[in-house]
Amino acid sequence: MPKSVLILFAHPSYARSRANRALRAVAQDRDHVTVHDLYETYPNFLIDVEAEQRSLLDHDHIVLMHPFFWYSAPSLVKEWLDVVLDYGWAYGEGGTALAGKTWTQAITTGGPAQSYCSDGLNRFSIEELLRPFQATANLCQCIWQTPFILHASRQATPEILAEAAAKFSAMLEGLIDG
Amino acid sequence: MAEANLLESAFVYLTATVVSVPIAKRIGLGSVLGYLIAGAIIGPYVLNLVGDPENVMHTAEFGVVIMLFLIGLELQPSLLWRLRTAILGMGGLQVVVTGAIATGLGTALGLTWQVALAVGLTLSLSSTAIVLQSLREKGIAGTEAGRSTFAVLLFQDIAIIPMLALFPFLATLSVAGDGAAAKGALAAYPGWAQGLAVVVAVGLIVLAGRVLLRPMFRWVAASGLHEILTAFALLLVVGVALLMQFVGISPALGAFVAGVVLADSEFRHQIESDIDPFRGLLLGLFFISVGAGINFALLIAQPWLILGLVLALVLVKASVMFIVARAFGRKTGEAALIGLGLAQGGEFAFVLFAFAKGAGVIPAEVTAPLIVAVALSMAITPLLLMAGDWAMRRLESGSGEDRAPEVEEGHHDVIVAGYGRFGQIVGRMLSTYGYKISVLDHDADQVDVLRGFGRKVNFGDATRIDLLRLAGAAEAKLLIVAIDNDEKALELVETAREAFPNLKILARAIDRRHAYQLMAAKVDGLERETFAAAVRLGVKSLQIMGKPAFAAERAGMIFSRYDERALTAMFQDWQRVEFADYQRIVRDRTALEEELLKRDMIALVGKSDGDEWGEETLEREAFERNLARKAKPD
Repeated sequence: MPKSVLILFAHPSYARSRANRALRAVAQDRDHVTVHDLYETYPNFLIDVEAEQRSLLDHDHIVLMHPFFWYSAPSLVKEWLDVVLDYGWAYGEGGTALAGKTWTQAITTGGPAQSYCSDGLNRFSIEELLRPFQATANLCQCIWQTPFILHASRQATPEILAEAAAKFSAMLEGLIDG
Repeated sequence: MAEANLLESAFVYLTATVVSVPIAKRIGLGSVLGYLIAGAIIGPYVLNLVGDPENVMHTAEFGVVIMLFLIGLELQPSLLWRLRTAILGMGGLQVVVTGAIATGLGTALGLTWQVALAVGLTLSLSSTAIVLQSLREKGIAGTEAGRSTFAVLLFQDIAIIPMLALFPFLATLSVAGDGAAAKGALAAYPGWAQGLAVVVAVGLIVLAGRVLLRPMFRWVAASGLHEILTAFALLLVVGVALLMQFVGISPALGAFVAGVVLADSEFRHQIESDIDPFRGLLLGLFFISVGAGINFALLIAQPWLILGLVLALVLVKASVMFIVARAFGRKTGEAALIGLGLAQGGEFAFVLFAFAKGAGVIPAEVTAPLIVAVALSMAITPLLLMAGDWAMRRLESGSGEDRAPEVEEGHHDVIVAGYGRFGQIVGRMLSTYGYKISVLDHDADQVDVLRGFGRKVNFGDATRIDLLRLAGAAEAKLLIVAIDNDEKALELVETAREAFPNLKILARAIDRRHAYQLMAAKVDGLERETFAAAVRLGVKSLQIMGKPAFAAERAGMIFSRYDERALTAMFQDWQRVEFADYQRIVRDRTALEEELLKRDMIALVGKSDGDEWGEETLEREAFERNLARKAKPD
């Protein structure tokens, strides 16, 4: 029985992101995968909480896909976390709606991989920087997965993009099969 | 007429118009009276600037022709059906009763019954042109009184056809030689034959309108040339008018019939918009001609006869109409307005008198003083309407037997003045949040409809301090001015600002100019009524054109911010400088603002779908964004 994947996609100027277009292309229109474009759905930031919660319940795996803006996510992702992951629903007393689902962060960064270390320009590793998301997943009793990361996305050549897209595709396949 | 004469006449007419109409408007007399005064001044009996009075009448006739064509064009079957009771009942009764009384008076004064009947019927008509124009200017065309007035005028306009058909039967005089020459080619035939000819001609036009007009219009429209359509519409009017003249009816009535025939056609709006530019000026020309046509010589020779006629005419018509309107359930104040508004003789009187004289129905010595009396009664119409308007205000909002203001007293958080499409949305939002709102609307029909839906709406004129106070304006926190009449809204803001200094005032602005006026009256905030909706549609358009939703949304927000900032800035210019300078400043500022806006929007949304890719575009956009940021005026 294949599992279903919900990709929460957030990019405020998606049309200009070659990397995210390349990655999204392998997820779009794929069986068992729902790509939910947050900026396209909620351009005025007024999120339909009930619809979002229903959609989460309908899927087994959650993937948050976005550029790594300011060591975090575009602001609509934060808004989404704030209003959708309700007390008593996703966490807190009786909040077990997401328990047992996997949580995968799929991000693209501007800087190269080597800049994300204690000696590098960004001072901290990606793993450390993603801790807030990991803690969130943890509080919602989700299973934190190894993040999918495409570094230096703006400089990526078509070959690199193709390779990344293949890896992303394989990751999705793993989720569906697992 | 020589060309030099035409230019001279045009110069005189236009000068008179440009000088007197703005003056008349400014002192509150309305444009119609302005035109009439202008006409009287340049007319043959005062300054005599337009020369031969015959020329004036010829020019006027063309104005009447076009005007009647447009009136006819507005007589759609659906409108007729909706107003059928008012048209047939009120209009019919008014014409019959007024006509009967005038006939009786005429007979008592020694006229034969045939002459008296023709005079009576003619005098029962009122002036569609003057009244409609004045009602529109006063903003009461859409009220119950305005609609009733329109219905009566409609009936009168239609009643002219049977009158014209009837008149030849009333002929008792032998037609003089030159009188016959002025009439149609059939003038030599007996009256009944002429009447028959009229009926046949009208039937022909109706038939041709149904069968021939559509294909012809399509054929002309297929040329794709706008001015040819205009020319065709005019040709149509002139052609029908000529045909009617041939059978002995005035060109004006012919044009009217042509209009009615075309009211049904799918080209109605096209024709209307083609000819509409002519309308205002030609109407003005018509009013000027009426003014110029007042025979002051006759007035000076027989002042008491003329004044007596005017007085009798106005008194009889106003009383009859008042009683008829009351009988049909109109309120006292409304009936007073309808009666006074319709108390004058109409432009058709000139047409009918000319026809009656030509057909040997009424002798010239009877028509001459009557024409002067009718013209004078038309000239005082704006004054009568002012009196009627005043009477309605006084009776309808005063303590009379009629509907008094109904205002629920007590504490309210917010007062909403004007509860139409706009006020209702604001009111509902506030109520949803549990605020106690007091709603005021001065349209009795609207109030009843809303109450029928179970809404609590007070009836009354919000510009009245006592009603505002009753509604709780002294304790309320906020007043919403959502009236759709710009002058009333401004008046309310000014009144409330002065009487209740602690009250916050938010207002609906009709347009930019109104927004400035409201800002000058120190509103605490305003929204232009169509602005937000137009921006929203712009956002949707960008999305349809392929822009991402978020980018389109932001583009709408950026646009709104620019425009609102520009509004504030331009308001300061508007207050500070003369209109001509203001226009120049707005022009320059608009150019600058649009350049900046363009940069900001393109940086966000992208120019087209093709160039949103690649590093180069991104860098250029970042550069442009920085440039725009530096160039911003704040």
